[in-house]
Amino acid sequence: MRRASALVLLLVLAAGLAVVLAKIPFGQDKIGVGNHYIEKGVTETGATNIVTSVVVSYRGFDTLGEVTVLFAAALGVTTLLFVERPQERKKREPASLIVATGSRLLFPLIILFGIYIFLHGHLTPGGGFQGGAVIASGFLLLYLARPGQTMRRKNLSAAESLGGLVFVVVGLLGIVFSGYFLQNFLPKGHPNLLLSAGIIPLVYIAIGVKVGSELGRIIGDLVERD
Amino acid sequence: MIVLQAILIVIMIAAAVATSIFKDLMNAVIACAAVSLIASLLFYMLDAPDVAMAEAAIGAGLTTAIFVLAIRKTQRYEP
Repeated sequence: MRRASALVLLLVLAAGLAVVLAKIPFGQDKIGVGNHYIEKGVTETGATNIVTSVVVSYRGFDTLGEVTVLFAAALGVTTLLFVERPQERKKREPASLIVATGSRLLFPLIILFGIYIFLHGHLTPGGGFQGGAVIASGFLLLYLARPGQTMRRKNLSAAESLGGLVFVVVGLLGIVFSGYFLQNFLPKGHPNLLLSAGIIPLVYIAIGVKVGSELGRIIGDLVERD
Repeated sequence: MIVLQAILIVIMIAAAVATSIFKDLMNAVIACAAVSLIASLLFYMLDAPDVAMAEAAIGAGLTTAIFVLAIRKTQRYEP
């Protein structure tokens, strides 16, 4: 009975969505703001990656909100799993030779790749969030290879706070120099160069460091406190 | 290309259905990771490399790990 009613509800929902979405023209450029980003994005922000120019420059304030949501989620996980004094740790089976050796080889490369992604966020696909996630997956590999390892939580927290602080301070400097929060106040330079696009690389480095340490800490909390 | 995309979408739907059917949650998590992986491939084919990167790293990588760790703390089989 419950299954049947759920199925009926689902069908009604699907029919409603189909009716609404059928009226939206697919694949046509009718939105003025999208065309503006594509045509003027590079000259206005200096970033050749249009996605980055939207995420950090045109919609920079939304990104600050996103980072805040992620921070709140990480805080929630830490609070849920917090224990005053970790109880006696279970003996863990050591990782196999292949995993241990492979992780030693791969870990620096993964971290380097993550840093590359967020450092070049204004030039190539990717950015702070993607680079941070790659760095966190490097931490995950390290935990798989060395069970029982504990991380230095203080360093991670410091990196996380520093990332958030740099983002907000850069935004406030925008008010000081140009009158708007997160306004680009540095010279835009030549597109396609590493040092271009003003504050965008700065903000993306801050986001990359913050997201990487935050996700790394979530995984560390889950692995260590069990 | 469109044939490859259609095949990927069929596999993705099958994996999504399998995720909700499996009683062993560890299998469900792996099927869920397959959904994310194929979604990331499709994003790449649709010229959205930024989203593809985020989906591959977060959806297929970190979320799977977090689910596996959560299952280890709770219970593996759905009653």
